Amino acid sequence: MLKLAVVAHKDDNVATTVKDLSKGENVLVDIFGTEKNITLKEDIPFGHKFAIKDIKKGEEIFKYGEEIGQATQDIEEGEYVHVHNVVSERGRGDLEVDAK
Amino acid sequence: MKLEGYKRADGKVGIRNHLLIIPASVCASEVAKAISERVNGAVYIPNQHGCCQIGPDLELTTKVLVNFGKNPNVGAALVVGLGCEGVPTKKVSEEIAKTGKMVDYVVIQENKGTVNTIAVGVKKAREMAEKLSLMKKEEIDISEITIGIECGGSDTTSGLASNPAVGYVSDKLVDLNGTSIFSETTEFIGAEHILAKRARNEEVAQKIMKIVLDCEKKANTMGVDLRSGQPTPGNIEGGLTTIEEKSLGCIYKGGTRTIEDVLAYGDMPSGKGLYIMDTPGQDIESITGMLAGGAVLIIFTTGRGTPTGSAIAPVIKVCGNPESYERMKDNIDVNAGTIIDGTKTISDVGEEIYSQMLEVINGKFTKAESLNHREFGIYKMISTF
Repeated sequence: MLKLAVVAHKDDNVATTVKDLSKGENVLVDIFGTEKNITLKEDIPFGHKFAIKDIKKGEEIFKYGEEIGQATQDIEEGEYVHVHNVVSERGRGDLEVDAK
Repeated sequence: MKLEGYKRADGKVGIRNHLLIIPASVCASEVAKAISERVNGAVYIPNQHGCCQIGPDLELTTKVLVNFGKNPNVGAALVVGLGCEGVPTKKVSEEIAKTGKMVDYVVIQENKGTVNTIAVGVKKAREMAEKLSLMKKEEIDISEITIGIECGGSDTTSGLASNPAVGYVSDKLVDLNGTSIFSETTEFIGAEHILAKRARNEEVAQKIMKIVLDCEKKANTMGVDLRSGQPTPGNIEGGLTTIEEKSLGCIYKGGTRTIEDVLAYGDMPSGKGLYIMDTPGQDIESITGMLAGGAVLIIFTTGRGTPTGSAIAPVIKVCGNPESYERMKDNIDVNAGTIIDGTKTISDVGEEIYSQMLEVINGKFTKAESLNHREFGIYKMISTF
């Protein structure tokens, strides 16, 4: 079967699509050896992300095993993850710079 | 593959033999352009600055113009000034001459206006072009090559395909004792802690953290949110949600080797290996900085597709998005979309880029070169006065 989405790191909670995918579609994602079947709750365009597990409002979104932003609302498995429900935490001026 | 290039008097190695016409300021750009159009093998850079700049900006413009002239791909240079600008035409010419290459200058106000200056400039440039045509390529080693690595028009395929593949090339070049520079400080935001771990020593790690912090602060002192410009609308359309996500994908282009040092914009590395240059994320300004830093070739990754080239160096375009590659084949050299569709691995495409790079070193035109894409832009910190 052709790959439909990729998970970049074992700790990630999102997958990136490599095809335009439609609402209702079942996508098999390989999370570093563990396969998981996810039903998409929305259309996900090529190169965009969907949640591979439930994410609570205020939790971090992980891609490449690193934080890429914070969820601004609860996101369910299979939901579209993008600028409408994720916010950057850097370069804003209103947050302390997290210089690790 | 046996490699050939131009061995310069200062010991550097170039892979092209350009006659570069350098306008000292925006006021001399039209004349520089006119001279370059009249002489075989001449190229010019459209300098938008050079006058009414103050302090660090004036120094930066001067440094970039001098270092462009010093770039090993430049065989000879002619500096064109208006006469009253901030950048000193004669001094730029003298600085470039320290490399031992042919350099001359011409000043519009000292030559009865533009018509006569163009005539004088063409005469000088023609003589240089003739001498350049007699220069022979010699055998060179890959360890003498410095490349610059850029990413632009990114989407989510950049971090998953083209950047890791180019990172493979950077690692390979560094292992062969060559030099690789990657840049775009804005696109380290959110990924700086990963880069800092790869620093040669604690001092270099601190420098990496500092340039990123300074970049964020700079946006904030303008009273604006960095998010208004980064990610760009195209990045977002391509699936990139935040600057952190963009950065984490971007840094793959720098491979995995030790980071020797952080270079200021337009500065040359003091040794071999992998370097970071502190530049903006804007592609043209970033590439201009790395070319001033002595890169003789740029590898440029993209997801959305971009046409960028340079007057003095070949730019190899690598695209991770199979659809963009099909759409913009005229501008893109390597299809890394094969990683996305699962037909090739990162190292397969890395090897493909590496062998393309060797051909380009030996003279093969990249798409940007054959289409005369010659973008140029100097980074500017403050306004003109």
